Amino acid sequence: MQCATNPNSNGKLSDLATSNTHGEDSPYFAGWKAYDEDPYDAATNPSGVIQMGLAENQVSFDLLERYLEQHPEATGWGCGISSFRENALFQDYHGLRTFRQAMATFMEKIRGERAQFDPERIVLTAGATAANELLTFILANPGDCLLIPTPYYPGFDRDLRWRTGVNIIPVHCDSSNGFEITPQNLEAAFAEAEAKEFRVRGVVITNPSNPLGTTIRRPALEDILDFAARKNIHLISDEIYSGSVFSSDEFVSMAEIVQARGYKDCERVHIVYSLSKDLGLPGFRVGTIYSYNDRVVTTARKMSSFTLVSSQTQKMLASMLSDREFIGNYLETNRKRLKERHEYIVEGLKNAGIECLQGNAGLFCWMNLAPMLNESTREGELRLWKLILHEVKLNISPGSSCHCSEVGWFRVCFANMNQQTLEVALRRLGNFMVNRRRS
Amino acid sequence: MAQMLLLSRKAACNAHGQDSSYFLGWQEYEKNPYDPSTNPTGIIQMGLAENQLSFDLIESWLERHPDAAGLRRDGALVFRELALFQDYHGLPHFKKALANFMGQLRGNKVELQWRNLVLTAGSTSANETLIFCLAEPGEAFLLPTPYYPGFDRDLKWRTGAEIVPIHCSSSNGFRITNRAVEKAYQQARKQGLSVKGILVTNPSNPLGTSLTHAELRTLLDFALAKDIHLISDEIYSGTAFAGSPAFVSVLEAMRAHPLNVDLADRVHVVYSLSKDLGLPGFRVGALYSANPEVVAAATKMSSFGLVSSQTQFLLAALLSDNGFTARYVVENKKRIAERHGRLVEGLRRAGVECLDSNAGLFCWVDMRHLLLADTFEGEMELWRKVVYEVGLNISPGSSCHCDDPGWFRVCFANMSAETLDVAMQRLQDFVASSSRCGGRGARGLPRGPISFARWMVGLSSSRDRQWSERGY
Repeated sequence: MQCATNPNSNGKLSDLATSNTHGEDSPYFAGWKAYDEDPYDAATNPSGVIQMGLAENQVSFDLLERYLEQHPEATGWGCGISSFRENALFQDYHGLRTFRQAMATFMEKIRGERAQFDPERIVLTAGATAANELLTFILANPGDCLLIPTPYYPGFDRDLRWRTGVNIIPVHCDSSNGFEITPQNLEAAFAEAEAKEFRVRGVVITNPSNPLGTTIRRPALEDILDFAARKNIHLISDEIYSGSVFSSDEFVSMAEIVQARGYKDCERVHIVYSLSKDLGLPGFRVGTIYSYNDRVVTTARKMSSFTLVSSQTQKMLASMLSDREFIGNYLETNRKRLKERHEYIVEGLKNAGIECLQGNAGLFCWMNLAPMLNESTREGELRLWKLILHEVKLNISPGSSCHCSEVGWFRVCFANMNQQTLEVALRRLGNFMVNRRRS
Repeated sequence: MAQMLLLSRKAACNAHGQDSSYFLGWQEYEKNPYDPSTNPTGIIQMGLAENQLSFDLIESWLERHPDAAGLRRDGALVFRELALFQDYHGLPHFKKALANFMGQLRGNKVELQWRNLVLTAGSTSANETLIFCLAEPGEAFLLPTPYYPGFDRDLKWRTGAEIVPIHCSSSNGFRITNRAVEKAYQQARKQGLSVKGILVTNPSNPLGTSLTHAELRTLLDFALAKDIHLISDEIYSGTAFAGSPAFVSVLEAMRAHPLNVDLADRVHVVYSLSKDLGLPGFRVGALYSANPEVVAAATKMSSFGLVSSQTQFLLAALLSDNGFTARYVVENKKRIAERHGRLVEGLRRAGVECLDSNAGLFCWVDMRHLLLADTFEGEMELWRKVVYEVGLNISPGSSCHCDDPGWFRVCFANMSAETLDVAMQRLQDFVASSSRCGGRGARGLPRGPISFARWMVGLSSSRDRQWSERGY
């Protein structure tokens, strides 16, 4: 057969593959690069870049390590010939029952038993990244949109839009009321969507909020659910930081709201969770969708075939999370340590003359550097961010990367490093502020 | 009255390729599963392409290397490091070991570059990811029939891509001819579909055969001529036992091709540890491509289906042990060959032949002579008999989009040798009694058009079953 070779064309890729909706071309990623090229190390590179843009929880690993030391059977397959092979063969998209039960228990414990979770409604996915994308595929068609209060997690731009073809319309929140979500803000966003001729399919909230580090108050949650009901749309509540609220009674889950309403009209509510933040296990890829909608549960389960959790990991975590004493102690200790770390950084920032939004959760602070801007514009904010990255050697996240409509806010993480490193970071920032004020 | 709350079109099209007959078989099996002591008359599961033959080899390795599963390196816990590791580039140690293992499976005739590997949660995810990268919604891939039923979901559901079949027939052993490929291409054009590539499974599921040099050449030439991609799902590459033709990877065929430089960007391989190592639960898949754009895009997309770092760590240790992998590959093939032979012999004693094969965890069985009618209805009727009367859950060819009625896929590696013998004895008895009684089975199930229609209605309202790779 005669083959025509075309030197210019060697198999084109799809628009999806060549688009930049994955978001990795944004300036925000330059911060990552700077860190990768010059990472701080107390001993070997004390003048390197300190990573404060990574919302990881490293404060409670010792508790998990101790558990594994005391329970070696958690990672093995025990005696008995069937144990390994049974686990290795298990690819049922329902997920390991013992693991689902353990997750339900864990989620209940996080909410102080104020909400009940039925293990049969838990759908497992490889991380919350997958859970959020999956829900978007199920709830919206390409060209439709989701309303998301700003500021929001930059990853949503990729997770909810890239392969799904769904749009995001921001619900603009600002510091005049502590960035709280109001019915007015929601209505305004809805109107914007209508003007753009996008069909609104749902609202996505993150509670506690990333990047704000605050829990959403009960009245606001009621308003959001009422709004969703009024417009007959879905409500996704990403509660990935629910175990990172410093005082457990300050967190109200959408599950509690739904229960208080007697499960009436709750088929529109879906909760996303993951073990990446509260347990600090992002590498193990454990996410979940909890939906009150039977059709969503069934469809999500089937679709989870593309993103199942390793049965080896399910088995290990089922052991760990079924140990009520362990998880009770873990949650309490973890909260306490995060609270301490948070207080430490807020105090440090205050001493440096920097105010933060009053936070009560999460692995980060939302700090206000607006007074430091040369000009109150997005460019001004990015210039300051670059300055802090290259001169102060701190990689923090500019509010613009989180779509914040107010300039000058920055997210700074505090749980992904040890106390000493945080001290160094605060000292650097303090010096920077002093010098800046002088000049 | 509350207005209905809508879901997306993708959610609503729930069928996505699920075959009702498959579910009925599953249901019957689950209701009445065979057990040699507690339920010797139950249904034997022969619709599950799992490899259960070589677990003991892995289990003994695990016993001798407790650090691997125990999250330890030289005795010290590396839990923290792994727990935090979510880099979508994957654990380099694991990718190197996997690339090396894949080279071993290809007789070291090709060397895979570990940086060209993208890890995904199973080959289900790898296949879908490749389609997302290569095709726009509405564009098509050509697939030779019969093919793995899961492709209808994996390649089309969320991607919006289309599948156009390359019709292969029993007249030439289901071999892929240039004519058939060309015909499929023209068919796609007629339907107004833009063809983006061809996807083959080599060794084939459900055929169990390996592509010949000629077939590989046909496919590569076609991809060049039409300027399209070629995906080769080589998930069964480690199940190819001795025989002719031996398994030849598309990577090897590319090397030998005069235009191999032009092929590099358009040929992609999919792999997984679900079949060769029997670890479907661990969700370890990969795609391999020399096209840097594909690798870059697929790597980012893998965020939606990463492999657990705990599992990567375990398998890095296992696959880095070259002594173990070499022994495993040889022993695993030997056992598959033996079991395959046992099935072929058992079928023969029942007067049933299968397609000559040298790979896979199943045989492609020719039961055309047992059909009462040479139609797909006839095939369904025979299948129903085999499930209900003989008590074997096997997979009808129609579920794999086979053009010729009367072929069935029968798995042999997911049960003990004794169970296989029981299954064969039952089949032999059934065939013997069928020929004696002129086709009426022992349980005397009603036949005829009315009862068949009723049965079809029963199928469509049967309880929704889970779809998983378990069946295939």
